[in-house]
Amino acid sequence: MSGDNIKIKICMGPGGIAAGGNDVIEAFKGQLTNQRINASFGEQCSLHQVGCRGLCAKDVLVEIIIDGKETIYENINPEKVPRIVKEHILGDNPVKEWIAGEDYDNFKKKQIKVVLSHCGEIDPEDMNAYIEAGGYKAAHKALTSMSPSEIVETVKTSNLRGRGGAGFPTGLKWELGLRIKSDVKYVICNGDEGDPGAFMDRSVMEGDPHSVIEGMIICAKATESHKGYIYVRAEYPLAVKRLQQAIDQCLQKGYLGKNIFDTGFDFDIRIFQGAGAFVCGEATALMRSIEGKRGMPTPKLWRSAEKGLWEKPTVLNNVETFANIPKIILNGGDWFRNLGTERSGGTKVFSLTGNIKNSGLIEVPLGISLREIIYDIGGGIEGGRSLKAVQTGGPSGGCIPAALLDIEVDYESLAKVGSIMGSGGMVVLDETNCMVNTAKFFLEFTQAESCGKCTPCRIGTKRMLEILERITNGNGKEGDIELLEDLGSHIRATSLCGLGMTAPNPVLSTIRYFRDEYEAHIKDRKCPALVCRNLITYSIIEEECTGCGACKRACPVDSIRGVRKKPHKIDPELCVKCGTCFDVCKFKAILKA
Amino acid sequence: MKVEEIDVDEQIGEVGQILSEAEKKKGILIHVLQKIQEDNGYLPGDVLSNLSKKLYFPLSEIYSVASFYKQFHFKPRGKKIVKICMGTACYVRGAKEILNTVEERFNVKAGETTEDLAVTLETVGCIGCCGLAPVATVNDEVKGEISSKKLDRLIKFIKEE
Repeated sequence: MSGDNIKIKICMGPGGIAAGGNDVIEAFKGQLTNQRINASFGEQCSLHQVGCRGLCAKDVLVEIIIDGKETIYENINPEKVPRIVKEHILGDNPVKEWIAGEDYDNFKKKQIKVVLSHCGEIDPEDMNAYIEAGGYKAAHKALTSMSPSEIVETVKTSNLRGRGGAGFPTGLKWELGLRIKSDVKYVICNGDEGDPGAFMDRSVMEGDPHSVIEGMIICAKATESHKGYIYVRAEYPLAVKRLQQAIDQCLQKGYLGKNIFDTGFDFDIRIFQGAGAFVCGEATALMRSIEGKRGMPTPKLWRSAEKGLWEKPTVLNNVETFANIPKIILNGGDWFRNLGTERSGGTKVFSLTGNIKNSGLIEVPLGISLREIIYDIGGGIEGGRSLKAVQTGGPSGGCIPAALLDIEVDYESLAKVGSIMGSGGMVVLDETNCMVNTAKFFLEFTQAESCGKCTPCRIGTKRMLEILERITNGNGKEGDIELLEDLGSHIRATSLCGLGMTAPNPVLSTIRYFRDEYEAHIKDRKCPALVCRNLITYSIIEEECTGCGACKRACPVDSIRGVRKKPHKIDPELCVKCGTCFDVCKFKAILKA
Repeated sequence: MKVEEIDVDEQIGEVGQILSEAEKKKGILIHVLQKIQEDNGYLPGDVLSNLSKKLYFPLSEIYSVASFYKQFHFKPRGKKIVKICMGTACYVRGAKEILNTVEERFNVKAGETTEDLAVTLETVGCIGCCGLAPVATVNDEVKGEISSKKLDRLIKFIKEE
């Protein structure tokens, strides 16, 4: 497979596939055959699919390496392939105008890739590529020359904290897992990534499945466990396929199964495919789901490390946490600790989305400022609009206003300003986003995903949502804000699991920083960002209207009257506020307020 | 998968050695339901009754588990399954408008199937390609960056045989 002279790598992460990565691969295959490159270079030329490179906004990204010289192209489609093959591969003259520009360089500059170091570099379906890149060295080291307590100590030194969101120190969890004695123990990898706007774990599972498996093997050794599960979300079929492939390859090579590396150590991994329930990302609910029950959380009378799956000691970590482990074992705990801040070591992967120029997958050292992420890596806001807030932690997190952009990104600082680190979703909101509506969006999500077991979450989130609905519909009442705050603090204090405890966060944090927007909705019946339909009015600016009649023809409810070449008028009684007139007017004569 | 041919021990694998019979049967339930749905497109009532007899498990309990998870359906589904992404990134870029339009054009609400079983319309949390927001999928094929012009094309695509 490996070609030395010419390597073509095509980004086939979630973004790459959606942007047409498969067609690009086919186009390259076709061209390579047509131009007889396969025939003349043979083994020397190879085509690879690789995982996510991060800059999904510019997909499909294609990297061409000729005699070690790397060139990256952005926004490639099948039509562009023939010219690249002809001019670059055959003519050794790269197509300058398609080469990834400044955005791509800036995007990469402040990132440090630990978890994602292989994503976008190696073919995830090729185990040898992983091994060539240094893979399974750490597992070998851990199994052949380290004792379980030495591994635990290294992880403790590294200051690695759970990347699923809560940030529990991984080393401590493993230490407890090792200390508890039992005939059977489990290692579970939580791949039930469910936050809307988050795709970090997906990219790792699809782009570098072996790193997760290697991390689990090391964890199994450290906690003396012999059985593992990877719980993968139902919506990620490609992740299931790639992980299963990787497991099969490991079994064949003797890296999983009986007597791994001839050390006498046994470890098996099975994949459990989720069936679509957000709450199953919660550890106890996830374990109930594997047991074949309704995925509802149970009270944490014991830690999972004491009584977890089928009442046996269980160490459960997130995908990203496991993917960090091989690097920590190889490079040492101190190396990892020094990458981050005093209290949290290493790097964190974020999916940077929303109204930002360079949306995509990024990995940054903990302690970096939000400003650096948004402006240096993300390239700022689209269309020159101004930044309003950054939402972190998905439906469990909160909104951080633009004024606090200089805070460091780590578990404590984010919690202090009312948000959370969460699993790594980072959504950028600008002046065109309504904060009340955004809070409502997140609450709609958690309310629908609440499993219904405990009352505060089941009924409380529903009541909060009703209040938000009435506010955004223009029926808000005096005292609604205080009621939301009161309900929110009670739900936070009394819910059974993390879902309920964090569900009010988006509402409470937006009230904290954007109270004036809530007040504008309730008192003035206005939506300052012009998002909430019922609070917008459309009218025609007489001086600007040429009387062309475009809006009149487009209006679905005939609410616009007027004669040709004379200013028109909108009848507010009939207007359904669909905004069609605003979109069709070429003279900017429609006023949206 | 034929319900009659289910081998509980084979399905649960090695971990079965340490589980009771009841735990084992429960442990394979979700997997078996997924297989049944793969074959039929949904979970037909008669198959579930057979499963209940085969596993010696109350039917109510099977429904209790199956109805908890979004993935399982109890009614036949449309030929084209259209999912509009309501993830955060898509939402802030106008996913709601797309949903409204598709609902109107096919006269179907999110979560429902058209009477002729042509289209099932659903919303999803996030399908993980926020860089292309707003997105929708038609039978798992991703359609990204849906502008009003592209929306017309999407609707045409859904209508195609």
